[in-house]
Amino acid sequence: MFAYLVKRVFQAAAVMFVISLIGFAIQDNLGDPLRELLGQSVSEEVRQELREELGLNDSFVTQYARFLGKALQGDLGTSYFFKEPALDVILKKLPATLELVLGATLIIVGLSVPLGVYTAIRPNTILSRIVMGISIVGISIPVFLTAILMIFLFSVELRWLPSYGRGDVVHVFGNWETNFASLDGWAHILLPSLALASIMLPLFIRLIRAEMMEVLQSEYVKYARAKGLWPWRIYFVHALKNTLLPVITVGGVQIGTMVAYTILTETVFQWPGMGFMFLEAVNRVDTPLIVAYLIVVGFIFVVTNTIVDLIYGLVNPTVNLARMGA
Amino acid sequence: MSNLSESHPPSFWTRIWESNIGYSFRSNPVAVASLMIFIVIVLMAVFAPLIAPFDPYDPAQIDIMNSEYPPVWIDGSDPKFLFGTDDQGRDLWSTILYGTRLSLLIGLCAVALQAFLGITIGLLAGYIGGRLDSLLMRLADIQLSFSTLMVAIIFLAVTQAMFGSETFNQYAIYFLIVVIGVAEWPQYARTVRATVLAEKKKEYVDGARVLGFGPMRIMVRHILPNSLSPIFVISTVQVANAIISEASLSFLGLGMPPSQPSLGSLISSGFDYIFSGSWWITAIPGVVLVILVLVINLLGDWMRDVLNPRLHKG
Repeated sequence: MFAYLVKRVFQAAAVMFVISLIGFAIQDNLGDPLRELLGQSVSEEVRQELREELGLNDSFVTQYARFLGKALQGDLGTSYFFKEPALDVILKKLPATLELVLGATLIIVGLSVPLGVYTAIRPNTILSRIVMGISIVGISIPVFLTAILMIFLFSVELRWLPSYGRGDVVHVFGNWETNFASLDGWAHILLPSLALASIMLPLFIRLIRAEMMEVLQSEYVKYARAKGLWPWRIYFVHALKNTLLPVITVGGVQIGTMVAYTILTETVFQWPGMGFMFLEAVNRVDTPLIVAYLIVVGFIFVVTNTIVDLIYGLVNPTVNLARMGA
Repeated sequence: MSNLSESHPPSFWTRIWESNIGYSFRSNPVAVASLMIFIVIVLMAVFAPLIAPFDPYDPAQIDIMNSEYPPVWIDGSDPKFLFGTDDQGRDLWSTILYGTRLSLLIGLCAVALQAFLGITIGLLAGYIGGRLDSLLMRLADIQLSFSTLMVAIIFLAVTQAMFGSETFNQYAIYFLIVVIGVAEWPQYARTVRATVLAEKKKEYVDGARVLGFGPMRIMVRHILPNSLSPIFVISTVQVANAIISEASLSFLGLGMPPSQPSLGSLISSGFDYIFSGSWWITAIPGVVLVILVLVINLLGDWMRDVLNPRLHKG
């Protein structure tokens, strides 16, 4: 196990190294830091001087080493637009995005388990057919379209819920302002998290259903039935436990994927999170912010995936660690 | 001789019709309906220039005075425009036809690229094995751990910032195909590798080797044809996903430009007008997009059940 852990962490570090290399290449080629700092009307001499001072004439390796050194200390450059350290800008926007992901996760967990189990144990009822039908339609609707549809229905036509922004947020500590502490905050986060959940929910219902149906065929469930156990106990205590392992691993990976979909939901709902910020940074060619976003998001992906892999290795005794590279 | 010619062998289509797959297809109304709708959409996309009453790419036919006419069944519409017009005064029906054409084209080309890369890599990894195999599969794991959409968004955003939007818009279609095509190769590579590992041990492969065929010929002519059914199953899902990805990217402004809209960019340009009541610019292309993806997914579901009931797990 220890060897596996070391190997996995090493792989994560290697991936982060490649991401930093890509980040640096972007920084090196995109935009002109001199123009951002000095403006257009400066003599060539002053330019050269500053160029030398900033180390822009150094070799690629030296510059990269400097970039990496700074990045490891948490310095990812200064945003051209905000005139603040890029990492600070992102960390300020991070709570909004994380709350959105949390809201969506709550909806997904709350709905997919009961629906998945129900459709597995009663596959032929009308309700099951409706749920499965809706879930394949759900998979076929892109997130942004669900979001637009909900805005049209609940904000424009019915005027029940607000269509953009975070509304009243309550300060918790540091940068963290939460939506979950006021009624207005709840009203604002409901639609965006529903939209974000809509893409993953069908996936999880189908996954839980498939796993559950397979487990229900297994010998131990038949034995439990023969023993005369109360059916609900078999479903929720004995069977569900064994379906959750694949669900948790898929779920862990999907949390990373959800960060990508937040860009779409945040754009539609003008949610002031980091996805929305990223698209604005792209429009402004704010290179340090683009690079910082790339590195932060890359880090989120690498960390979640590594943790999921490790948990999988720990929880599932049948996993063959040797095959997985230990 | 005359006997032989009288009972001539059934044609290719008859054989398919009478096979198990054909039977399962005929007895599944959802699959039949999906295929029919899909064929209609494809035909409409292919013959868009003939069907469409206007050419949305021709500025001479666009009049800004015509903008935001509602569809014909609503008051205040112009009978010239079946589904109304968009914000620039283009006929929405023609623009949707051309947009569907672009969305389908990008989706299919991207999946063709995925399939080419994935099948090549999967065959090599499975057949040659050893270090190459573990290296390629590790790469596939890493690639899969990053969401395609994320990779595509960052790649396209940086490309757009680097080339400026004018050059980017000109080549957007190629960028989209390449980025969606490259980001998803592991889906194919993993499946193909798994089937190759199973097929490799069979006797016909030993037979081919004994006959002195080279590894290239064995991989492509012998193993690949036996790995086709899982490839078909993934392909349908992948086409649906590629169309959704393209639409999402275009919606974010990182794909097809408004002057040459795919379904995603049409929805995006309509979104700005949804609050002022012009819902049709978003809704009608949206419905077309959903129907297109839905029928592909339904066909995929049917195909998965028929060809390989155990493939889709996790």
